[in-house]
Amino acid sequence: MESSEKKPIIRVRGLCVSFGTKAILKGLDLDVQPGEVTGFVGGSGQGKSVLTRTILGLVKKQAGEIEVFGENIDRLSPLEHRVLERRWGVMFQGGALFSGLTVKQNIQAPMREYLSLSQSVMDELALLKIKLVGLDADAADKFPSELSGGMVKRAALARALALDPELVFLDEPTSGLDPIGAADFDELIATLRKTLGLTVFMVTHDLDSLYSICDTIAALADGKVIAAGPLSTMLASDHPWLRAYFHGRRSRAIVKPDFDFVGLGAPETAAS
Amino acid sequence: MSSSPSAEPDFSIERNGADIRIALSGAWTIAGSRALEKAAEALGAAGKGAANVAIDFAGVGRVDTAGAWLIDKARAQIAAAGAATEYQSLDADQTILLREAAFCEREPARVRKVNILLHILTQLGGWSVMIGGNVMTGVAFLGELAMAALRVTLNPSQMRPTSMVFHMEHFALRAVPIIVTINFLVGCIVTQQSIFQLRRFGASTYAIDLIGVLVLRELGVLLTSIMIAGRSGSAITAELGSMKMREEIDALRVMGMAPMDVLVLPRIMALVFSLPLLTFVGDIAALGGGMLTAYLYDGISAESFLVRLQDAIGLNTFLVGLIKSPFMALVIGMIACIEGFRVQGSAESLGRQVTIAVVNAIFMVIFVDGLFAVFFAGVHY
Ligand SMILES: Nc1ncnc2c1ncn2[C@@H]1O[C@H](COP(=O)(O)OP(=O)(O)OP(=O)(O)O)[C@@H](O)[C@H]1O
Ligand SMILES: [Mg+2]
Repeated sequence: MESSEKKPIIRVRGLCVSFGTKAILKGLDLDVQPGEVTGFVGGSGQGKSVLTRTILGLVKKQAGEIEVFGENIDRLSPLEHRVLERRWGVMFQGGALFSGLTVKQNIQAPMREYLSLSQSVMDELALLKIKLVGLDADAADKFPSELSGGMVKRAALARALALDPELVFLDEPTSGLDPIGAADFDELIATLRKTLGLTVFMVTHDLDSLYSICDTIAALADGKVIAAGPLSTMLASDHPWLRAYFHGRRSRAIVKPDFDFVGLGAPETAAS
Repeated sequence: MSSSPSAEPDFSIERNGADIRIALSGAWTIAGSRALEKAAEALGAAGKGAANVAIDFAGVGRVDTAGAWLIDKARAQIAAAGAATEYQSLDADQTILLREAAFCEREPARVRKVNILLHILTQLGGWSVMIGGNVMTGVAFLGELAMAALRVTLNPSQMRPTSMVFHMEHFALRAVPIIVTINFLVGCIVTQQSIFQLRRFGASTYAIDLIGVLVLRELGVLLTSIMIAGRSGSAITAELGSMKMREEIDALRVMGMAPMDVLVLPRIMALVFSLPLLTFVGDIAALGGGMLTAYLYDGISAESFLVRLQDAIGLNTFLVGLIKSPFMALVIGMIACIEGFRVQGSAESLGRQVTIAVVNAIFMVIFVDGLFAVFFAGVHY
C-alpha cells in the first residue's frame, strides 16, 4: 500500500549545510513521493527553512545530492533550472510578497514572466486565486503593507499557486491563521492535491494539519531526518523529541480516539 | 487521461439538430498560455444557436484551475446566449475542480475619466500642500530635535556616546579617502584654470589668492557637504526607512525608547561633529592640490605658495567655511531622518524616499550656502 516503488519527486541524499563553523544539516536523507502531502516537523531553529531553501537552490550545500522531478539540481543548466522553477510554487515563511506590487500584481508576476495571457484573463485568474485562498476580492488591489498577517499568508499561497504548479513548498502556511482559517487552508490544500495531483512539501508546527492532511510526516532533529512515514509511525516512535511532540500537553486534545495506537498506552481521550 | 498530457487544448463539435456536443481534448492547463485562452474563446463562441450544449470531458488530458475556470466561463457564455448546458463524463476530481474554480460574474474595475485641466490643477494644489507640509514637518522636527538635545544636555547620562562614535566612524573616518580625493582634484582643476586665465594678465600668482579664498570660503565646505549628503544622508534614510518598514521603529516606541533620542539624535550629532572635521581635511586637500598644480604649471615652489597664501587669507576666511559646516550637517541629517520616517511599507517607497532625501539635501546645502554668502557679505566678515 505504500507507494515506495514510485520515483520520489524530491530526493535528498547526504545533505550537509553549514553556516560558518555551525553545521545545520548533517547528512540528511529525504524522499517526497509525488501526489502526497509531506509534513515536515522539527524544533525551531533546527533547519527546516534552511532545508527548503537548499532544495530550492537558495542556500549553498557543502555536500550531498538533491534531485527534484528526477533531475539532479547541480547538473542543470540555468535554462533547465528556469524550466524547473516554473513547475514549483513556493510560499516563504514570511510571505515574501513584493512590497511594491498589489496582491493582484503579485499573483500575476509569475504569469507575466512565463506566459503570454491577455490582461483581462490574468486579472480574472488572479481574482480566482484570491477567491480560492479565501481572500476578499477587495484585497486584490491592496499592497502587502496594508494586509493583516493572515492575509499575507493567503496572498503568498495564491502567488505560489499562480501557475498551477506540480509541487508546492509551503513554509509554515497556517501559522498566524485563526483555527477556522487554518482548517480552510488545509481543506484547500487537500482539494488541490486531490484534483490537480499536487505534491505538497509543507513545513508546519500545526498538529491539526499534520493529522488531517499529511500523508507522510518527516521529523528533523540534530540535522537529520529522525523518522519518516505516516502518522502511525510517528506516534509509535520512541524518539524522545517525537514523543514530546506528539504526546505532549498540546497534542492530547487532538489525538483522535479511534486512532489505532501501535504499542502505546491509551491516551486520556480514549474515554470518549 | 486519453490524450498526451502536453497536447494543446482543443475541442471538436458534433451537431445533432439543435443539440451540440463539444468534446474537449488536450491539456487545459495554464501552461498552454495563449493557446488556452484562444481555445476557451472559441469554445465560448461554439455553442451559438444551439438549444442544448453538452461539454464532454472524456477525451481531456490534464485540467488545472485556470483551465477549469476558462471552460466554466465559456459554458457560462453559452448559457447566457440561451442554451441549456451540461457537463458530461466528468470524473470526481474534475467535478470538485469545476466547483472550486466555478465562474462567477465579476464587475470589471471602473476607470474614472478625468478632465486634464482639472487634473493639472489638482496636481498643482497637491504640490503646494506638499511643500507647505514639508516646511511644517521640518519646523516641527527641528523643535522636537531641539527638545531632545536639551533633554540630553540636562541629563548627560542619556547620551549615547557609543552610538555616536559608531556613526562618526562611518560618516567621518570612512569618508576621508573620498573627501580627500575629490577636494584634491577640484583644487588642482580650479588652480590650473585660474593660472591659464590670469597668465594673460601676467598675474598668475594671484591664482593662489583665488584658490585660497575660493576653497576655504566656499568650495571645501560645499563639496564636502554634497558628498556627505550623497553618502551618509542616503545611508541614514535607507536605514531608518527599512527600520520603519519592518516595524522596528514601532517596537522601539512601545519599549519606551523615543526614536528621536535613540536613532535621530546620535546620527545628527555625529554628522554635526563629522562635517567640520571633514571640511577641514577637504580644505587642506584642495590647497594641496592647488600647491601641486601651481608648481607644475607655474613653477611656484611650496614655500612661495605658502607665503603668498598667508598674505591672501586671514583666519576669518578659514572660519567662514568652517562655521557653515555644522549647519550643513544639521540640514543634511534632518532631511535624511525626516525622509527616512516617511517610508511606507514598500521597497519602492524606500527607493523614492532615499532619492528625495539626497536631492533635497543637496539643494538645501546649496541654498543655505547662498544665504550664508549674503549674510557674511552683510556683516563684512
Ligand atoms: N543565512 C544564515 N546565516 C547563518 N545562520 C543561519 C542562516 N539561516 C539560518 N541560519 C541558522 O540555521 C538554523 C536553522 O534555521 P531555520 O530558519 O532553518 O530554522 P527553522 O527550522 O525553519 O525554524 P522555525 O521553525 O523557527 O522557522 C538556525 O540556527 C539559524 O540561526
Ligand atoms: Mg523556518
